[in-house]
Amino acid sequence: MSTNTDTALEGLRARAAEEGLLDVAYTTADSPFGPLLLAQTKRGLVRVGLPNQNSDELLVDLAERVSPRVLEAPRELDEVRRELDLYFDGKLDSFDLPLDWRLSGGFRRRVLRAINRIPYGQTRSYTEMARKAGNERAVRAAGTACGSNPIPLVVPCHRVLRTGGALGGYGGGLPMKEALLQLEGVLDESPAS
Amino acid sequence: MTALPPFQTVLDEHSAAVMAILHGAVGRDGVEDCFQETFLAALRAYPKLEDARNLRGWLLTIAHRKAIDYHRARGRNPVPVAEVAEVAAENGIPERDEELWTAVGALPPKQRAAVALRYGSDLPHGEIAAALGCSPEAARRSLHEGLKRLRKELA
Repeated sequence: MSTNTDTALEGLRARAAEEGLLDVAYTTADSPFGPLLLAQTKRGLVRVGLPNQNSDELLVDLAERVSPRVLEAPRELDEVRRELDLYFDGKLDSFDLPLDWRLSGGFRRRVLRAINRIPYGQTRSYTEMARKAGNERAVRAAGTACGSNPIPLVVPCHRVLRTGGALGGYGGGLPMKEALLQLEGVLDESPAS
Repeated sequence: MTALPPFQTVLDEHSAAVMAILHGAVGRDGVEDCFQETFLAALRAYPKLEDARNLRGWLLTIAHRKAIDYHRARGRNPVPVAEVAEVAAENGIPERDEELWTAVGALPPKQRAAVALRYGSDLPHGEIAAALGCSPEAARRSLHEGLKRLRKELA
């Protein structure tokens, strides 16, 4: 019965994709930090859930804010998974993935778009990001935008530090931010902070 | 209005029940296709669903319709009982469950669905009635007739 169900589910996912019914396709992927939740719409990657975030809550949030047609469909996210694997192996320094920005608007979106242009292995300050987004004095709001980044890792908010080089914060926890910066060769083994 | 849960949650919670009633309603050959038809129809309609309180009854209603479509498309042929029986007999050990479901599959549509919903999916009479689109009394009667016939067949 269970194999029966498995093949039926596999076919269901394929047919739903063909018919354009996968408003939100998601999967979980392994990473050196723990499991990631990856979710995409027809426009592109819309959400990356970090290991310390509750996947069920993220999916409920996607159902409310994007569409309740949320289905697990690992194959749809093959390319995202492939690029992330390469990134964690230190073999990819720039993601080539379509992104869906709909979960952030206004100033936050402008901050995140600016963050998305910070090259691999470099860092910027929250102040610089606020300026790039059009309001140099909104440093705190820029920090909030980083903290609410719906697509972490791919939109590299880990590359934003406090003026002076202190780490600041990270949604996935500071040890993860340190490890990512070490991976990119920005930080030595003993970081300043 | 209750917010709709992610469709995957609905699938996780109810796919076994839908599979069970379809197995009873259309037999092994049709179950996979009917299962997919059921959930595709559900997925299409899902964002416009206004009441998320009885998702199970909603899905079973769709499943029931898909089972009827299946039988209609095949010219109201009964489930291919002979085929299933042959497979079961091949290894010499008649599978009790399979034998039972085969007999269920040979019941007239309403009785078949009522039995499958009651014993395959463990639904109370009220929900069976909702899924079949009839009164609870009629559901009870179909179930009773179905069981009577099964007892005779399997005695």
